[in-house]
Amino acid sequence: MGASDDDREGGAVAPTGIRRRTLFGAAGAGALAVGAGAGYLARGSADAAEHPVADPDAVPVDFAGEHQAGVTTPAQDRLHFAAFDVITDSRDDLVSLLQDWTDAARDMTAGNEVGKFGAVAGPPVVPPEDTGEALGLPASQLTLTIGFGRTLFAKDGKDRFGLADRRPEQLVDLPHFSGDRLEPAICGGDIAIQACANDPQVAVHAIRNLARIAFGRASVRYSQLGFGRTSSTSEAQVTPRNLFGFKDGTANIKLEDTDTVEDFVWARSGDGPTWMDGGTYLVTRKIAMRIETWDRESLEGQQGIIGRAKGSGGPMSGGDEFEPLDFAANSRDGEPMIGEQSHVRLAHPDFNGGAKLLRRGYNFVDGSDQLGRLAAGLFFICYQRDPREQFVRIQNNLAGLTADLMNEYIVHIGSGIFACPPGVGSTGYWGESLFT
Amino acid sequence: MTPPHVRATLGAAACLPLLLGAVACATDSEVEGSGGENGAIDVTASDDSCSLSRTDLDAGPNTFNVTNDGSRVTEFYVYAEGDRIMGEVENIGPGLSRKLVVDLPADGYEGACKPGMVGDGIRADIDVSGEPAKDLSDSAELKQAADSYERYVQSQTGALVEKTDDFVAAVKAGDVDKAKALFPVARTYWERIEPVAEKFGDLDPAVDEREPDVEPGSEFTGYHRIEKQLWVAGDTKGMGPIADQLQTDIDEIVRLAAESPLTALELAQGSKNLLDEVATGKITGEEDEFSHTDLWDFKANIEGSKAAIAAIRPVLEEQDPDLVALLDERTAALETELNQYQNADGTWKSYDELSKAQIKRLSDAVAAVSEPISQVAGVVSESV
Repeated sequence: MGASDDDREGGAVAPTGIRRRTLFGAAGAGALAVGAGAGYLARGSADAAEHPVADPDAVPVDFAGEHQAGVTTPAQDRLHFAAFDVITDSRDDLVSLLQDWTDAARDMTAGNEVGKFGAVAGPPVVPPEDTGEALGLPASQLTLTIGFGRTLFAKDGKDRFGLADRRPEQLVDLPHFSGDRLEPAICGGDIAIQACANDPQVAVHAIRNLARIAFGRASVRYSQLGFGRTSSTSEAQVTPRNLFGFKDGTANIKLEDTDTVEDFVWARSGDGPTWMDGGTYLVTRKIAMRIETWDRESLEGQQGIIGRAKGSGGPMSGGDEFEPLDFAANSRDGEPMIGEQSHVRLAHPDFNGGAKLLRRGYNFVDGSDQLGRLAAGLFFICYQRDPREQFVRIQNNLAGLTADLMNEYIVHIGSGIFACPPGVGSTGYWGESLFT
Repeated sequence: MTPPHVRATLGAAACLPLLLGAVACATDSEVEGSGGENGAIDVTASDDSCSLSRTDLDAGPNTFNVTNDGSRVTEFYVYAEGDRIMGEVENIGPGLSRKLVVDLPADGYEGACKPGMVGDGIRADIDVSGEPAKDLSDSAELKQAADSYERYVQSQTGALVEKTDDFVAAVKAGDVDKAKALFPVARTYWERIEPVAEKFGDLDPAVDEREPDVEPGSEFTGYHRIEKQLWVAGDTKGMGPIADQLQTDIDEIVRLAAESPLTALELAQGSKNLLDEVATGKITGEEDEFSHTDLWDFKANIEGSKAAIAAIRPVLEEQDPDLVALLDERTAALETELNQYQNADGTWKSYDELSKAQIKRLSDAVAAVSEPISQVAGVVSESV
């Protein structure tokens, strides 16, 4: 549909990293719209220079593509994530819900109002089709990404939608990790939708309207707001900081590294059921941080726990932010400079059979608790080709008080795993391949 | 330059989609004045042209699908006389499409594409014609619906007066057990027709106000004041005057209701309001915070809502059978969900015996009915 289909055989992943980097360099950080935005700039760059788009957020991220947007799309600033329970047992209702959601997602990601009449042009005696709080706001790089949970395929042994034999092996039940304190109400869900945007109002509007469309077919199980993306998914983005004050995502998979993206993010033909070809697997963890205790930890202690310097983000073995980690480097007293129990060491591919994740987490603050402590942490989100080999493997390496020193300051309270189907074209619907 | 005017062929498209999924067949003359929608107008903008697929439009909301086939960022405006902006859509990148919906009264307008987002743009005349919508009170069908609902209200107000009298008598006789048993029964008739009562200003709060809503300086009266005394204190001390006042207020509401029956549009709105009552008061257990008899009220609200829909059903069946089918299906699901909490003797489980998961399922079922029911007033208003 957009100007850029020919430019993006790899969906949101640029076919040639160099070309995209050049583009990004020329256009500056403001024009980080992958998909439609990048395609548009590629085509009409001379004209764009003459007539610059006043607001880069006005250029939407293309909804259609081989892969869903919102995975390798440069991480936006804000998140509204929702997990839904499907409350109908009718397969037809489920399909119609996915179709209605896809229509609304196309409208909203393009910066349009939902429905035929939108927020204010409809008949006065009927509630507006669009709730209206995003009127006047640009698309704000909104992406909507959907994933299917294990319970959609079978719940309590019941195959509600005739999908039981279509569940991919990769969509495992996550094991209990040492230290988990999971609250069932913020775990699981039949369907997850991740809304990312540069404006929180746009992200909230998106989930609100999708939830409304779902009434009678699906019910919100829980939703989570996030701010301050805690990882960069593009080389053009600076590395942000998490609520511990450390740079987060320095070594993340970047969309420009297309080989790594292909190897670690997108499900390929032969990996599992064909309906997932071009899809990916999403794992979410709500991780509460013991902020006040952390803030009483010495700088030396904090840096030792993470394994990086707080200021530069460089490894404790030396160098600037992007210097490779030297796990062999010892200090004068013979101790490893990047400690045995430091977070970066235990999470590193070298200690996980080469496994990597594409991280897209967000900070959250749900106000303060009844003791006046910040109810804050990280809503961890990662995408991968096979959670068994990636998230589960790495988390097993990190979990428990005898492993990652950081575990003294964090606790996992929410959890979810979802199969994200491939992208849709300009006419199909989310997950169509699962039902055909 | 003047863009080509492509005249719409309404006669050929005999069956036009109307609001809310209904399909209406219409001739040219019937379409006039409906304020309805005759399909989107495609606007194709290039660097040096601006073409509209139709420029003779019907009054009411009109949808423009603007596609930028040019190489420069563009925008599209609809101007009334004197360049008054009726609607605009900006920042349409090359290759992109944006939608603009504008509510246009009959008049002459200009559409303008602005390649490069500068200047006066490339303009085209747009003619909008049509009569204002007919008055709802003209419809015999709607009159019938209102009459039918009025008969329902009469039957309920009769029982309301009777049961409230019994309740008041029990309270004044100091018979706590009997008063407790009658409290949710009397309220059933009240809750079925609450939108009627809500029309009468101060009477509704006097009868049904909850303690946290009482304004400073005014007195806590009505059903819930007596409820508190019965369940918290376990007696009827000081309730005589409150009970007498309740009886007087109920009689007054019933008298006023008989004098000014609801219109069809009001009863359509009322059917939604009853479910909103459930969603805000009953599902949270706030309504009957002392007695926990919320499920009685819950059931009564649903019955009242169903009665309103039943009265207007012939109009709905004709205009939007799909909406009726959806309402029936979801209402049945809601009743199934709720009825499992009814005891064998017809009484209802105490609200505080329900688990969080059970309340969530009830809440989901209410929301499922409430969304389509919020469309009913639209169908009613479009039915003439």
